[in-house]
Amino acid sequence: MNDVGAELASHPFAAGLTQSQLDRLAAITSSIEVQAGTRLFEEDGQATSLWLIRTGQIALDLHVPGRDRLIVETLGPGDELGLSWLLPPARWKFGAVAQVDVSAFELSSAAVTGLCESDHELGYQLTWRLLGTAIGRLQAARIRILDLYAPPSPTAGSSS
Amino acid sequence: MTDCRYPVRYRISSRVEETHDTVTLTLEPADDPIAAFRPGQFTMLYSFGVGEIPISVSGLPGGPSLTHTIRSVGAVSASLCAARPGQVIGVRGPFGTTWDDADAAGRDLLLVAGGIGLAPLRPALLSALAQPARYRRIILLAGARSPAELVFAAEYDQWRERGAEVGITVDKADASWPGQVGVVTQLIGRANLDPAGTTALICGPEVMMRITARALTGAGLPSPSVWISLERNMQCGIAECGHCQLGPLLLCRDGPVVNFGVAEPLIAVREL
Repeated sequence: MNDVGAELASHPFAAGLTQSQLDRLAAITSSIEVQAGTRLFEEDGQATSLWLIRTGQIALDLHVPGRDRLIVETLGPGDELGLSWLLPPARWKFGAVAQVDVSAFELSSAAVTGLCESDHELGYQLTWRLLGTAIGRLQAARIRILDLYAPPSPTAGSSS
Repeated sequence: MTDCRYPVRYRISSRVEETHDTVTLTLEPADDPIAAFRPGQFTMLYSFGVGEIPISVSGLPGGPSLTHTIRSVGAVSASLCAARPGQVIGVRGPFGTTWDDADAAGRDLLLVAGGIGLAPLRPALLSALAQPARYRRIILLAGARSPAELVFAAEYDQWRERGAEVGITVDKADASWPGQVGVVTQLIGRANLDPAGTTALICGPEVMMRITARALTGAGLPSPSVWISLERNMQCGIAECGHCQLGPLLLCRDGPVVNFGVAEPLIAVREL
């Protein structure tokens, strides 16, 4: 196993992979450092990478005319960044910027797709993990829509 | 010992505006004080001529003064939030169970707060920070609607300096916010928890507590290691009137702090 492989094994995304699968994934993975303030991608750009965050924090954001950028969500250690390449048209739905210095693993979407097509068992394992991430973010977004910390509705009839 | 059926007069000695609708009042006894409270307990605060509501204590135990953090959501809480230093209000209590029941000595202590739910957890956090050697880690994960609605925001750095790992997240923010954005459960996965060695205390809106407790048990924490703070229609505080019934529990006596193993089947019943 190369150095990246040894480090990749400790990332939650790699948990449960066999050594052989880990080796194949490590072969298409590079370790990168991103300085605070660096923009990794802009909304509607071509989505070509998957990042596995090791340390630091990245904000997914959205430009709103006449206002500051709104932060949609922040991602941190153990999270995956970049799912839009999974399905056509493979364009980023949000932008992403490093809020602090970040270290991450970077994988080319073409290489990941090629790996999945050539090794269906590994493809299943990777797809299962990315699906879990997508479901988790969908559920989190639904919870945020509930606006749980809002003041109680006047119709609740509380006099407290 | 005062009779907790009757309010004791306390004078407001300080008033701090936490957010646009939330204030922290410090009270000093004008008569014989109520009994000493423990973290997690609540009192009934009486705005004379308006009404009485249950409010958890948000300050450190010990000493005669009381600290309460109140959000203006109705007639009584609005009256209390508008009260000024020097004004006298009534206090009954303290009532209910305490975070002490969760005894996390020798383990990782995880506190998860949603919105003003940080107020009832603050005494537990401050008590833990006063004796950090009792715990392996002290972790606070807190969520709020927006940066402007974070309570005790001025204290987070102090808590970090005293050894707590503090993760703060909000539902909505613009690019000027350097912290995290997302639901508080998303911080759980980033906290590198030891499920077998962690005791969790959760306080916030009931849905948030349910989701958080399930996220923690899903991450491997046994239900007996998870504690939540439940509220119903607290009235008498002495388990006589029955307004705060939750199945077999009277929450003014058997709560507000309830083990999730006990609470989970009850809060899943819509009719309760």
